[in-house]
Parts: sequence; structure tokens; C-alpha cells
Amino acid sequence: MENRPLEYDYTVAKWFMIATIVLGVVGMLVGVILAWQLAFPGVNLMLGEGLAEYTNFSRLRPLHTDAVTYGFTVSGIMATWYYVGQRVLKVSMAESPFLMFIGKLQFILYIVVVAAVVVSLLLGFTQSKEYAEFEWPIDIGVVVVWVLWGVSIFGLSGIRREKSLYISIWYYIAAFLAVAMLYLFNNMSVPTYFVAGVGSVMHSVSMYSGTNDALVQWWFGHNAVAFVFTTPIVAMIYYFLPKESGQAVYSYKLSLLSFWGLMFVYLWAGGHHLVYSTVPDWMQTMGSVFSVVLILPSWGSAINMLLTMKGEWNQVASNPLIKFMVLASTFYMFSTLEGPIQAIKSVNALAHFTDWIVGHVHDGVLGWVAFMIFAALFHMAPRVFKREIYSKSLMNTQFWIQTLGVVLYFTSMWIAGITQGMMWRAHDEFGNLAYSFIDTVTVLHPYYTIRAVGGTLYLIGVFMFAYNMFMTMTAAKRVEESQMQNTSPMGA
Amino acid sequence: MFHWLEKHPFFFAVAVFVTIAFAGLVEILPNFAEASRPTIGTKPYSTLELAGRHVYIKNSCNACHSQLIRPFKSETDRYGAYSLSGEYAYDRPFLWGSKRTGPDLMRIGNVRTTDWHENHMWDPAGVVPGSIMPAYRWMFANEADVDTAYAEQVTVNKVFNVPYNKPIPMKDGSTETVPMAASLDAAKAEALADAKVIVADMKNQDVKDMVASGKIPEIVALIAYLNSLK
Repeated sequence: MENRPLEYDYTVAKWFMIATIVLGVVGMLVGVILAWQLAFPGVNLMLGEGLAEYTNFSRLRPLHTDAVTYGFTVSGIMATWYYVGQRVLKVSMAESPFLMFIGKLQFILYIVVVAAVVVSLLLGFTQSKEYAEFEWPIDIGVVVVWVLWGVSIFGLSGIRREKSLYISIWYYIAAFLAVAMLYLFNNMSVPTYFVAGVGSVMHSVSMYSGTNDALVQWWFGHNAVAFVFTTPIVAMIYYFLPKESGQAVYSYKLSLLSFWGLMFVYLWAGGHHLVYSTVPDWMQTMGSVFSVVLILPSWGSAINMLLTMKGEWNQVASNPLIKFMVLASTFYMFSTLEGPIQAIKSVNALAHFTDWIVGHVHDGVLGWVAFMIFAALFHMAPRVFKREIYSKSLMNTQFWIQTLGVVLYFTSMWIAGITQGMMWRAHDEFGNLAYSFIDTVTVLHPYYTIRAVGGTLYLIGVFMFAYNMFMTMTAAKRVEESQMQNTSPMGA
Repeated sequence: MFHWLEKHPFFFAVAVFVTIAFAGLVEILPNFAEASRPTIGTKPYSTLELAGRHVYIKNSCNACHSQLIRPFKSETDRYGAYSLSGEYAYDRPFLWGSKRTGPDLMRIGNVRTTDWHENHMWDPAGVVPGSIMPAYRWMFANEADVDTAYAEQVTVNKVFNVPYNKPIPMKDGSTETVPMAASLDAAKAEALADAKVIVADMKNQDVKDMVASGKIPEIVALIAYLNSLK
């Protein structure tokens, strides 16, 4: 009895895997539509004048960012949690009917919240704060879903057999705590209906005004990025890269240094979104300085992962899953170098408000976050569905087409951003502004077009991913987990 | 110590929380009261302006337009005086934006007129050739939500002491008062009176007809808000 391997229960993980795929397609499809709208404004009317209100760039834009952040990425985080959590804690969900119930409830409520978000954003219910657009009733739903995740994390930890928490668990716990704190404080608001007794029930006013509101928002905004797009993704790579490659993590000490360093430094850096704004100067400087310090813990994790592959670099050529993960950590290094550069005050003066920032977000999310999530789902699929991955060659094609897409995306946005920033500040020989604003818009047309092409290529890759996963779930050759090696089984 | 923490999830979580909460406490708390004090001449929004601000937010205008003028010559030349913290004292939420796909609107009321906005919102590229801004024609038909704007006035007045019906010091030493109606009906009547002033400078017949029949289209509220940005 005791020697029999644990039978893990992946029901909830499966549900979240499917949600990841669906919301990934939706979020990135909306993003591609937005990109084409900026290149060709006629696309705003793609469903005709009558529906223009709902297909317009400005209505769709929060839907894109939130669908990718809270839809695709958070589903991916949950899918991996309900897989990795059981395995590294050496306990099965099947052992606790209570935790099984919590997991299923969390998924169902999550889907309800997602549906409410989509409808409310299209109808224009928004608090306007980036990544915190949802009005207060939805916020309450978000908090419930998040608390349920906390119950799952600490519940599963409470009945674990493996006493030491693996590195991935550290990062999941950090993501849970930090997002809870940030989300609660940034969304503090007073629903106006309950004070005044008239007007819309869906409306609320922020507890903070003006500069304070901006400060709280970017303390949230920057770190929501950290604790949704960074820590849980690091949790994934610390589990999936060693598993898939069969290599031990290069250095425990480096992972320790990176983790605690990241925890301490990240929250300070929010001020770099407010450089040259009306928040006190010392906060802006703190934001800049800590952003540069942040390179250390970020590169610590990335280098730890790359060195884990030491002596096994041949796997990068032979296994598309390793390709995805090695490129993800490379993009993580790249993105965490680019961010601090943009946070330096004199660079920020040029880059802020331009497309360079948009480019930075996308090389991080497309190159690092999404690549890691694709790899995680590919690795999980054979173990969860007991079938080999449907097609290796499709994975390879997806990898290259998406890599090309990301490169087109960020290079065009670099050029667009720096061009526009330079034109805004250009003066002629008499000290007058050299360009009117519209000159700095029309000049971007070619770069917007290249970006839209890059985004479209990436989206095609997402469709390949969805198809490959669908076929893996339904049609690929059956294989038992006991027959699997580290390298995931994959068909031609 | 770390080995011990890794075996005790609760204390591990406490340690992580203290480490991450620390920065927020140090950075956000010290200047909180100071940053929310209004500058001389900063007034709260009227009912119609607030309804317009809600239209601005509903359509995420802040996704493409900033309201933050940085202290550089190139920005003050283009947009006017750089922003001061106290000018945002009555902005809940703040609308600084993070991307200038279009120009800054912090002081747009100084440079654009009602009829310019009317034409521009109907057909942006017709007014500014090469513009990639989409048209917002539904704003000419949708009704603005004055009820919610009034609810917000009442709320910020009660909860945050925003000074409605009180003299507010102006830059020239005089005072001005922004009225807040005693009832919803009175607020609607005031908003309609303000709307009539705006509509007098507009040419769209449907909009004029709506206001004549006692309804306020979103575009009128939005223009009232944009005109107030100075």
C-alpha cells in the first residue's frame, strides 16, 4: 500500500488548462484586432456603424489587457498550481474531499467572474485604472476566487507529506499574498448608490484622489505585473524545466537569493511609472534606483534556469518544450534589463507615453509569460490526459512562428517609441516645436503595420497551440505515466 | 533560518508578507495628506462636467490620452503649464493615462472649443487629416447618466468633504462657489441649463432636439467636461 505511487487527481487542473487555451485565444485575438485598428482605423467599424460602440479601440483595449492578464495568465497559474502543488507537496487532491470541493468551486466562480468582466467592460463599466478596471461587485467576486486559491494553497500545504516547501511553492505563496494585498488596497472605493440612494449601482468612487490615487494605482499596477507575470511564472519554470530536462536545479543558494531579493526589491519599483509626474521627487528616484537593483534577483532566477541546462544543451535542439522554456528565460532576462533601462529618469523622459513601453510589456508577456505557459501545458498534457503530445513538428512550427512574431513586435515598437519621443521634443532653430502632434502619429503607420503582422503571426501560433492541445486531449496515442521518461512523449 | 521557514508555510507566508508590505508603507504613507491638498483655483466638478467625466471613463479615453504635463519645455510649449499635484485634488479616479496615442488633454479647454469637439468626435480624420482616432457617433444619441453624476457629487461631499456650496479661493483673490443641488430633480434641472449653454454652440440637429426635449446626450456632457480642463 505505502509503496504504491500516489494517484494525483487532475480534474481542476484540466478545467483550468482548457480555460487557459480559450482565454488565450480570446485575449490575443482582441489584441490583434486592436493592433490592426491602430494601423488602419477603419477596422474600428468592423461590425458596422451600429455596433461601433462595442468594437471601438477604446472599449476593447481594457478587455485585451484583462483577458490576457486575468484570463490567460491567471488560468495558466491555476492550471499549474493544481498540477505542481500536488506533486511537490506529495499529496493528492483525491485525499481531501474538502480541498477538491474548494478547487472546483474556485474554477466555477472564476468562470462566472470572467463572464461578468467581459460583459461589463464591453458595456463600459470601468474604474479606468489600468488592470483594476472592474467595478466593485466584480471586485468582490475576484476576492472570493482569490481567497479560495489561498485555502487551496495552505490547505494542501497543511496535509503535505514532503515537509520542505519546494521553490515553486514559495513563488505561488508570494503571488497569492502580494496580489491579495495590492488588489484590495488599490480597489478601495465607495459605491455611490449606497451613499446617495440614486444613480447606477455599478458606480463607485475611489478612496484616494488625484496624485495619491496615481501612487496607489502604480504601486498596484507595477506589482500586479510582478506577482501575476513574474513570480508564478518563475514558479512554473523552477518546476517544469528541471522535470522536462531531467536536470537538477543549478543552485539552491542562487534561488534563495533571487527569491528573497525579488520579494524585497520589487515593491519599491512602482514609482518608475510616475517619473516626472506630480508625486514627490524622492519616490520617483526610489522607483528608478530600485528598478535597476531589480536586475539582480531577476537575472538570478533566469541564470539559475539557464545553468540548469549545463551540459544538456543538445536538448534545446531536440526537444521543442525545452526550446520554449530556454527562450522564455532568455526573454525574461531581456525584459528585466529593458525595464530598468526605461526606469532611468533621462530615458523615461523619452520613453514614457510612447510605444516603447508597449513593446516592453509585450516582449515580457509574449516572450516570457506565454512561452512558459505553453511549455507548462505541453508538459502537463501527457501526464494529465494519458496521451502523448499530438504533434512535435507542430510545436516546432509554433515556436518559430511565434518567435518571429515577438521579434517583429518589439523591434517595431522600439523604433516607433523612440521616433515619437524624439519628435515630440524636437525644436527648430528658433526654439519652436518642430512637429505638430499629428506628424508624430502618421509617421508611425509602417511600424503599427509591422506590429500588427507580428501580433497576427503570434496569434496563428496560439491557434496551432490550441489545435495541438485539442488533438492531444482527444485523439493522440495513449500512453501511461509509468512509461514516461522526463522528456514528454510526443508524436511526429 | 531559511531552512526552518521552508518547513513552516505559515511563518514563511508571514515573512514574505512583511518583506513585500514594507516598501508600500515607506513610500505611500508619508506624503499622503500633502498630496491631496488642492491648489488655489482648483474647483470640484459640476454635475454636467462629472457626467461628462463618466463618459470619458466609460469609453477609456485615458487609454490613448494623458492628463499629465511633465516639466519639460517641449511639453509646456505643446500643452501649457506643467501639472501640479493639487490640481488633481478632486480627481477620483486620477486620469493621467500611461500612453499618448493622442495628445495630452490636461488643459484642452484652453485650446479647443465646443464646435471643434463636436466636429472632431463625429469625424476625427475630417478635422485632423491623418488622425487614427475612431469616431464616437453613438455619443450623439446615447443619453448621459446625470443621476450617477449627482450620486457621485453627494458621495464625495459627504464622505470626502469635497467643498460644494462653499466659497473656493481663486487665483485673483476672489472666490467662486460650485453648487450641488439639494435634490436629484434640481440637479437635473441645473445640468440641463448648463447643457443648453453648450448646445447653443453646436450644430447637430438631433442633439439640439434632445436637449430641447429635456434629455442630455453624452456628447454634450463630454464637451462640458473637456471645456472644464484648463
